[in-house]
Amino acid sequence: MTMNLMQQIITIVMVVVGTILTRFLPFIVFPSGKPTPNYIQYLGKVLPSAVIGLLVIYCFKNVNILSGSHGIPELIGVAVVAMLHVWRRNMLLSIAGGTIVYMILVQLIF
Amino acid sequence: MKKSNHIWIAFRTAFPYTVPIFAGFVFLGIAYGIFMNSLGFGAIYPILMSLLIFAGSMEFVAGNLLLMAFNPINALLLTLMVNARHLFYGISMLDKYKGIGKKKFYMIFGLCDESFAINSTISIPNHVDKGWVMFFVTLLNHSYWVLGATLGGIFGSFIKFNTEGLDFVMTALFVVIFIENWMKEKKHQSALVGLGLSAVSLIIIGGNNFIIPAMLAILGVLTVLRKPLEKVEVNTTL
Repeated sequence: MTMNLMQQIITIVMVVVGTILTRFLPFIVFPSGKPTPNYIQYLGKVLPSAVIGLLVIYCFKNVNILSGSHGIPELIGVAVVAMLHVWRRNMLLSIAGGTIVYMILVQLIF
Repeated sequence: MKKSNHIWIAFRTAFPYTVPIFAGFVFLGIAYGIFMNSLGFGAIYPILMSLLIFAGSMEFVAGNLLLMAFNPINALLLTLMVNARHLFYGISMLDKYKGIGKKKFYMIFGLCDESFAINSTISIPNHVDKGWVMFFVTLLNHSYWVLGATLGGIFGSFIKFNTEGLDFVMTALFVVIFIENWMKEKKHQSALVGLGLSAVSLIIIGGNNFIIPAMLAILGVLTVLRKPLEKVEVNTTL
């Protein structure tokens, strides 16, 4: 290993500080004691839906459409989750069902 | 109502929402522990890093960083880039985390993807203390993650059953939360903007670098759409 213990600790502290910064910054810039600008309030209301969309896409960041299994098991998995959820609207059933189908696909078929 | 009683009710309200995260985090945490083990780090590394960093993907990146040449500024900049999406979580939660006392500091510290996804869309009955529910969602998720990383760090090398694909549980969770949110909101522009622009950005740019361009594009389009969207803002959450 190239780093000594102290350098490892400093590196980890940097990652901790960076993460804390990204989480606290909005709350520091817009403290609860002062009125939040209208534009930021608007963002606070419309961003959650958009960011959850971003999170869904984020899960596919390691999928390559052009090689390997072309993202087919992922698409089938998502379709199973969506169909189960629209059908029964049971969170655990949708998640477990989709994950089991996906695991079967990547372990046995693709 | 006694204080301890209403905290207990909040805990019981929060717990069911975190059950899918339990499965996902214990598994991913174990995977993380095994990963660190494979890089040559003892169990104490995944345990402390999962406890202190608590940002899944960044912890995997941090494991690799520890094997490279010492460069703390690079480590900081990389973290800011990978975790830039947290800025949106904070802006989204400014209002919800208002007026809930000192536990707010811990809740901001623990505002990971999954805690954000649950806390930003959760419907809490009026008689239950919202602050405590969101606190327990955060605390339970954090505990699951540390538990997984600890198990993985200590026992990872003994796992025999084929877990390939189990990490899909997190994808499935986000898809379910997306659908639930979709069913609750009146207009879907914002959800479609987020999904569409992120997809385009991922296809064009690929890998981890797609996040910041996607965020900027979302911000731009939502700003342009402000007038039409402000009329329906009331119904997007809760």
